[in-house]
Amino acid sequence: MAERGATPPVPAPWRAALRAVRHLFTPLLPDDYLELINPLWTTRELRGRVERIEPEGSDAATVMIRPGFAWQGHAPGQYVRLGVLIDGRYHWRAYSLTSDPDDEDGLVSVTPKKVDKGVVSPYLVQRIRPGEVVRLGEVEGVFTLPDPLPASMLFISAGSGVTPIISMLRSLHHRRALDDVVVIHSARTERQLMFGAALRELDRRHDGMRLELRLTEHQGRITPDDLDRLCPDWREREAFCSGPGEMLDGLVEHWTEHGDPTRMHLERFQPIIGGGVGEGTGGSVRFLRSKVTVDCDGGTPILVAGEKEGLTLPFGCRIGICHTCAGTARSGTIRDLRTGDVADVTGKVIRTCVNTAEGDLEIEL
Amino acid sequence: MTPTASTVDANSPLAHLTETDLGKLEREFDAIHDEVYADLGERDRRYIKAVISAQRQLAVAGRVLLLGSSRRTTWVLGTACLGMAKILENMEIGHNVMHGQWDWMNDADIHSSTWDWDTASTAEAWKHSHNYIHHTFTNIRGKDKDLGYEIMRIDPKQKWHPVYLAQPFYNVLLMALFEWGVAVHDMDIEAVRTGEKSWSEVRRDLRGISGKARAQIVKDYLGWPLISAGAFGLAQLAAGGRLPQPRTSRIGNRLRKAGGGRWTRIADVADRTLAGIERTYLATAAADATANLIRNVWAHAIIFCGHFPDQAYTFSEAETKNESRGGWYVRQLVGAANIEGSPLFHVVSGNLGYQVEHHLFPDMPSTRYSEIAPKVKDICERYQLPYNTGPFGQQWWMVHRTIARLAFPGGHPRPKPGPYRSNDERRPDASGSEAARFRARVPAESPIAGPEHESGGVEVAPPPRNQ
Ligand code: FES
Repeated sequence: MAERGATPPVPAPWRAALRAVRHLFTPLLPDDYLELINPLWTTRELRGRVERIEPEGSDAATVMIRPGFAWQGHAPGQYVRLGVLIDGRYHWRAYSLTSDPDDEDGLVSVTPKKVDKGVVSPYLVQRIRPGEVVRLGEVEGVFTLPDPLPASMLFISAGSGVTPIISMLRSLHHRRALDDVVVIHSARTERQLMFGAALRELDRRHDGMRLELRLTEHQGRITPDDLDRLCPDWREREAFCSGPGEMLDGLVEHWTEHGDPTRMHLERFQPIIGGGVGEGTGGSVRFLRSKVTVDCDGGTPILVAGEKEGLTLPFGCRIGICHTCAGTARSGTIRDLRTGDVADVTGKVIRTCVNTAEGDLEIEL
Repeated sequence: MTPTASTVDANSPLAHLTETDLGKLEREFDAIHDEVYADLGERDRRYIKAVISAQRQLAVAGRVLLLGSSRRTTWVLGTACLGMAKILENMEIGHNVMHGQWDWMNDADIHSSTWDWDTASTAEAWKHSHNYIHHTFTNIRGKDKDLGYEIMRIDPKQKWHPVYLAQPFYNVLLMALFEWGVAVHDMDIEAVRTGEKSWSEVRRDLRGISGKARAQIVKDYLGWPLISAGAFGLAQLAAGGRLPQPRTSRIGNRLRKAGGGRWTRIADVADRTLAGIERTYLATAAADATANLIRNVWAHAIIFCGHFPDQAYTFSEAETKNESRGGWYVRQLVGAANIEGSPLFHVVSGNLGYQVEHHLFPDMPSTRYSEIAPKVKDICERYQLPYNTGPFGQQWWMVHRTIARLAFPGGHPRPKPGPYRSNDERRPDASGSEAARFRARVPAESPIAGPEHESGGVEVAPPPRNQ
C-alpha cells in the first residue's frame, strides 16, 4: 500500500453524519465527493495547504502550512512526515517541525535544507507555491524537552540540526522559560545560517539566554574541547544536541568520558542512502510475519530467497505484473532487478518477485 | 529453453522465431516499457485524476437528475449519466487501477491495494483470477480460465459437449448479468471440483460476493430510490399537492382489494399521499437497474472482443512449456485483439481497445497504449508477426458468430491474418536519415543494423571499413 497521512481529528458529529450516509456512496466514501469541492475536506487523512514560504539562509526555506482540520499539536523537537506531490508522484519525507506549537496563527511549519541530489528538499525550497496541498503524516520523535523543564539547558547544533532546536527555543520563549539557556550553533557561512535573525532576536530579548554563533568557514569547527571555554558549566546543564553524525559521535564520547551521558539528549537524522547503481551487494531480509531472516544475494529476488528457506509467500505471475507478491517494507533498501534502480522503501509496498535486497530489509510477509 | 519445433503448431507465429529472435524481441519490448516508465509524470496523473473527477461528477449528476425520475426526460438523462459513470468506473478506472497501473504515483487514494469497484466481484478475488491467472496464462487452452469463461466453447480445439448447444442463449443472459458472471467466474468452481481450492476459501469468496451484492442492493435499489421518493414527497408538500401524480396508489389498490370496503378511507388517503412517491421510488430503482444493465452489456462486448475474434491465437500447454520472457510477449501479442475507435471510444472502453498493448504491459498506465501502439506495430512488421485489430462492429460480429457456430460440434480455426504489413507510408520513425530508416526496418541488434556514423558532411573522412 502506498503511504498515507495521519487520521485527522474530525469532530464527532461530522464523522457520524458521514458514516450514516456512506452506504449511498459505496464502494467510494462521501469523502471522495467532498474532496471534489475541497481536497482538505477528506476525513481519511490530514492534509494542509501551503500558506507561505520564507527563505531561511541561502539553502533552506520555511514552509508554512495550514492544516485542513485542527492540528493536534506537537512537542517541540518532534518531526512530521510530509507527503508532497512532485511530477505526479507522492514523495514522503520526515522533517523537524520548526513552529512554536502554541502559536496563535495555527500554522505548522517545517524548514527543509536543500540537499542538492535530493528530490523533495529542492522542491520544497525552490518550487513549491502557496496554495499547494500537502499530506501530513503522524508527528513522531522523542527528542523533546523534559517535563518539568530543567533549571538550566545547553543546546548544541550545527547546520540544519538547528530545526528541532528552534522549535524548542520558540516554545521556551512563549512559556517565558528562557531563564538559563546557552545556545551553541554553528553554520558554515553567514549566508547559509538558518534562523540567524530569530536566534539573535531571542538572544537580545532574554537576559537568561546566551548565544554562541560560530561560522566554521573562517573560525573552524567547534570541538568538544572548546566546551570548557564556551560553556564552563556544561556538566551541570541538560544538553540537547542535533546535527551531523560525526559531531554527535564526538559529543557522546565527550559526555561519556567527562560528564553525565544521561543528561545528554540527541537527535540523529537518518543517513541518506546513496543509490549505488550497478551490481547489487544483496543483503539480509527479515520476514516479519514468518519471523525468519534469510540472506539474499544481489541476483536473487526476495521472493525466491524466502522460498528457498521454505516460506510460503504470496505470488502470482513472478514477472512483476500482477502485484500479488506485494508486501509492505518496514525498513530498508531494495534494488529493482529489472532496472538496477536502488530505492529506500521504508513504509512502501514492494513486489518481492522483481526486487532484491540491498542491505538489510524488513518486510511484513 | 524455447519450445522445440515438434511441440509448436506450424501455424503458430511462434514457429518461425528462433531463440535468438525471441531474445531480441524481449529486449525491444522491455525497452518500450522502460521508456514509458521513465517518462511517467504529472501529465499522466492529471489524466487519471480528470477521469476520476469526471466519473464522480457524472454520478452526482445522474443521482440529482433521478430525484426527478418520475418525469421521462429526467429519467432518461439521469439513467444515461449513471450508466456512463458506472462504465467509466469499471473500465477506465477500476480495471486499470487494480492492475497497478497507477501505483507509481504512490497515492494511497488511487492504488491497487486499496481500490474497490462498483461491481459484484470483490477486488481481491478479481485481482487473482484476472491479474494473475488470465494475464499469466493468456490464451493457453485449459489454463486461461477466461477462454470461454469455462462455460462456452470459443475455440474449435475445445472439446464439444451437448451443453454447448445452449451457449448462444446463455451468452445473452451473461451479457445482461455480466458482473455476476464475472463474480462466479472468479470463484473458480473448477478448482473447487479438483480440490485445488478449499471450501473455506469458497466460503470466504461467497461472503465477499454477498457483501458486494448487499452493497449494491442497499445503494441502487433501496437508498437512492428512497431519497428520490422522499424528494418527490417534499416537493409535493411544498407545491400543495399540485404536482401531477397517478390517481391511485399501489398500496391503496391493495387495501381496497383486501379489505372489501372496510379500508376505503385509508386507501383514499394512500392514493392522495403515496401515489407519486411510489412511482418515483420505482422509477429510480428501474433507472439504477438500467444503468447496471448498460454497464454489463458494454463490458461484455469490450471484453469478449479482446480475445475471441477470429484473429486471436490460442496455445496448447505443450507449446508454452519453458516459455522465455520473449515467448511470453509473443503469446500476449497474438492472443489478444484490438478494437479500432475514436479517442472517446478508448476512454469509455478503459483503453481495452488496445487489448494487445494492455496484454504486453498490463501494468502500464492506459493512456500510454495509444502512444506505444505504432512501436508495437513496427515490431510486428519487422519480426513478421500479426497485429490483431479491427473495427468494433467487425470484432463483435466475429465473436458472436464463433459462439453460435461452436455451439455445434466440429468447426475449424478461422484463417489468421498473418504478419502485419503497414500500409501507412509514414513509418513511426520515417524522419532522419536513410540509414536510420533502414535500421528501423531490420530487427534491433542485427549486424546490419549497426550504429549510424556521425557525418558532418564532406569534410569527414569515412571510417575505415574493416574494424
Ligand atoms: S508475482 Fe506478480 S507481480 Fe510479483
